[in-house]
Amino acid sequence: MEITNYAVLACILFAIGATTVLLRRNAIVVFMGVELMLNATNLAFVTFARVHGDVTGQVLAFFVMVVAAAEVVVGLAIIVTIFRTRRSASVDDVNLLKG
Amino acid sequence: MTPGLEVSGGETMLFWVLAPLMVLAALGLLFVRRAVHAAMCLVFVMISLAIMYVAQEAPFLGVVQVVVYTGAVMMLFLFVLMLVGVDASDSLTETIKGQRWIGVLLGLGFAVVLTGVVAQATFQSPVGLESANAVTNPVALARVLFGDYVLAMEAVGVLLVTAATGALVLTHRRQLTTRRTQRTTADARVRALTEGVSLTPLPAPGVYAQNNAMDTPALDPAGRPVPESVPRVLRIRGQERSVTALLDAEAAIVGTDTSGDAVGPPAGLPAGQDPDSTPTLPAREA
Repeated sequence: MEITNYAVLACILFAIGATTVLLRRNAIVVFMGVELMLNATNLAFVTFARVHGDVTGQVLAFFVMVVAAAEVVVGLAIIVTIFRTRRSASVDDVNLLKG
Repeated sequence: MTPGLEVSGGETMLFWVLAPLMVLAALGLLFVRRAVHAAMCLVFVMISLAIMYVAQEAPFLGVVQVVVYTGAVMMLFLFVLMLVGVDASDSLTETIKGQRWIGVLLGLGFAVVLTGVVAQATFQSPVGLESANAVTNPVALARVLFGDYVLAMEAVGVLLVTAATGALVLTHRRQLTTRRTQRTTADARVRALTEGVSLTPLPAPGVYAQNNAMDTPALDPAGRPVPESVPRVLRIRGQERSVTALLDAEAAIVGTDTSGDAVGPPAGLPAGQDPDSTPTLPAREA
């Protein structure tokens, strides 16, 4: 097996995550799509760290995980706040910023 | 240069078992209707990724993946799903015309472009992490993390604290009205006395020889059914039992029971009572 199979898998997962963000309406599922994309990049990082024999790729994947955790906390807090005021978690219903 | 890394047979098998399942679970994110099922699909993908990390000589990241992603992030997702409502499913009306097909087209095109790039590129022969991981993987990671990336590490620490504080501030609800205490509740009920609200609890449902369920009305001293003794919902739905039918059923049983007089004679309830007459309770008073 070629080690690039992992990279191809990462590409497929990333594309599926991007499609989820484009298609789904539920803000939480859209968020899960973002998480899937971040995970796919992590897989690519780990794979290329192995190709190059250098753990820097793994360190970067670690940073991605930490930033993703912070992003999820803030994002979900925003979703909860919007849900409180609008009683909806659908991205279609959020046009609060419209004049 | 070290000889190129050979992917072992076991790892090959692991990849070909996990990868299709992962892609299927990721597709579940797209097609599953309920958000909770989507979360479960994502949990499967993340645990499979952790297994792949361990197989790819990154055991530390594999453990962190399980702890941070499946342990913390996905649990947070599930908690928010519970807050927002588990059955909050997608609306299927399209606000942008043809958005679904454009989205699918873009996603497919993106996948083709990405995999095309990976397939076209020539990679160096894989080195493997055997020499880099000689001091064990966490130690090797720590040397890079606290050596070359100290500043980034500290910035990330600040980011985490900021995110936690931000989430607290965002979800904190300020008390806009005065706090409701037992005292205010009691006062409000007494004030509502003029509007016909009763201070006491509502009467309990009736107890009959054969029925004592929620839908059986109690009888007042005059023998008339008390409507408040049946829950409001049942009354609105029209599911309360009629007292006449209940008493008739009792009377029918007592009337046919002529073999033994152990129960006592049916004093005031003759078997041939008119079913449409207002129900009275002589049997109970006897």
